[in-house]
Amino acid sequence: MSLTLTLAARNLFHDLLRFVATMVGIVFSVVLVMVQMGLFLGFGHMVTTMVDHASTDLWIVPKGAKCFEDPSLLDLKLRNKVATLDGVAAVVPLVIGFSDWRLDSGEMTPVFIVGADLRDGALEPWNVTDGDVQALSQGYSVAVDRSYFGRLGVTGIGSTAEIRGKKVRVVALTEGIRSFTTTPYVFVDLKNARTLTGTPGDRANDLLVRLNPNADRDKVMQAIRAQIGDAELLTTAKFRSRSRSFWLFGTGAGAALFAGALLGVIVGTVIVAQTLYSSTKDHLNEFATLRAMGSSNRYIYNVIIYQALINAVIGFTVASGIGALVVQMTAKSALPIVITSWLVAALAVLTIVMCVISALGAIFRIVRIDPAKVFMR
Amino acid sequence: MSDLIIEAKGITKALGSGAREVHALRGVELSLRRGELTLLMGPSGSGKTTLLLILGCMLTPSSGTVTVCGKSTSNADKERLAKIRRDHVGFVFQSYHLFPTLSAAQNVQLALDIRHEHGRSARKRAREALDQVGLMQKVNTRPGELSGGEQQRVAIARAIVANPSAVLADEPTSSLDGDNGRTVMRLLADAAHKRGQAVLVVTHDPRIVPFADRILHIEDGLLVDRPAGEAEVLRLPKPAPFAPLAAAGKES
Repeated sequence: MSLTLTLAARNLFHDLLRFVATMVGIVFSVVLVMVQMGLFLGFGHMVTTMVDHASTDLWIVPKGAKCFEDPSLLDLKLRNKVATLDGVAAVVPLVIGFSDWRLDSGEMTPVFIVGADLRDGALEPWNVTDGDVQALSQGYSVAVDRSYFGRLGVTGIGSTAEIRGKKVRVVALTEGIRSFTTTPYVFVDLKNARTLTGTPGDRANDLLVRLNPNADRDKVMQAIRAQIGDAELLTTAKFRSRSRSFWLFGTGAGAALFAGALLGVIVGTVIVAQTLYSSTKDHLNEFATLRAMGSSNRYIYNVIIYQALINAVIGFTVASGIGALVVQMTAKSALPIVITSWLVAALAVLTIVMCVISALGAIFRIVRIDPAKVFMR
Repeated sequence: MSDLIIEAKGITKALGSGAREVHALRGVELSLRRGELTLLMGPSGSGKTTLLLILGCMLTPSSGTVTVCGKSTSNADKERLAKIRRDHVGFVFQSYHLFPTLSAAQNVQLALDIRHEHGRSARKRAREALDQVGLMQKVNTRPGELSGGEQQRVAIARAIVANPSAVLADEPTSSLDGDNGRTVMRLLADAAHKRGQAVLVVTHDPRIVPFADRILHIEDGLLVDRPAGEAEVLRLPKPAPFAPLAAAGKES
């Protein structure tokens, strides 16, 4: 094996203080990017959680609906028109909307009502840990998430509150269904959803369309579009991506996260570039000696690139450990950080690229090195 | 193979420009031959180092030609000059210029590494070179733990390990005491006489004159070439015995 790696490692570890400073820079940068991108992914997952958990092939939504939470309404007559089309197995109306949850103490808190016909099972609470979802059809029954017990003043099954003047009773509890808006989701039966949101009986927010297993998807979509007028027909994937685009980019939240990540990359690059440059300057005499001995420029570049790569590998390893810890710590928070294997791979590449780019300053300095320097006394 | 290793013809070198232009070398003719230890002597500012840099392919002359093992350095770019150095020239520096973070063996091995010779054979050759300079027991020692004389011996091992045709040494004894100076010069003489390398030693240390086969005296950029022991040498200050340096602290 060439001595370039040995020389690079010794150059780095020779000055421990500078090495630690470099590591702090890289770790700070990578963790910052990891957290920002993890938040981005976590946010992206959260904003589409209802779309992801709906059991449907297609969505009929009001024209221009940007996301699941869009309050616009559809005429329910569309349901009958679409239900009769060849290839359509079921059309399930969905009623959603903001409402006020009044605690027994009289305190009010906003909630987001999600109502679907429970017999159709198109969008019902998941991760149910207590109670019975079917009980939602009895009276004004609701299902809430355990994480909102404090906000909703709920202690468990049987707790009561008031929504739009109706006394509701908790009959089912879920775990991990959190809203990115911080407004708790409250699952109810379709009929109750109309009452609790004030939605007229001939209206729905969305229609969920299930297709027969052998249906020609494109043909059925064409036929549905011909029937729904101004309303839009979207696949689940399309609705998911539209919702994400709206919340992540339409609101500026995603741009802020990306800006944070970019800042992390810039800070990391600058810190690594500075420490590598100063390390190179400290070892100029040695590089000049190598040049005087006849080494090629490439040989010296390799030493510097190896220094950058060692920085990258150690820095990324430490940052990954911290990242894993952060993921664990935020798993049950309002906005969990999601780190996928793709993100890890991308961050590894980013770290290497960042460190190698940082080495450019040092390399430009080396290009100008004069081997005759070693003869100066 | 020809005995002529380095040949310089009509070398001039002007430094600075305009009114500040100085002619460091003024038409130097010089040949370095295999198996010969040549001393290049002269007062400070006489052009010794400039000539060494030109012969070592680190500086290009204003006019004239230099050939190293038959390869002309004229119009060669920096990478080509580096390759000529790598293939044919070993250097010994006044200040040793060893790598403080590497062991003695690794310092020597570096000369092979830049020539793409790696692994076990390179390690073996590096140890052999250290053995030749009497430092077998110091292979794993870092330069900071070696005396000045030992460091210069490591530098000589590094210069000769790849068997270059020429070894150029810049004031190799000036930081050393008498014993170490003699040892270093003996090793350089061995490089010339036993290994057949062309050795040029730039110095103004008259104590090493007895080791020379030939002495070149440079003054105001002009060269006088006389065999050792002839009149030119006799005009040099009488060699004084090597004595310990006043700054003996430098040794450790």
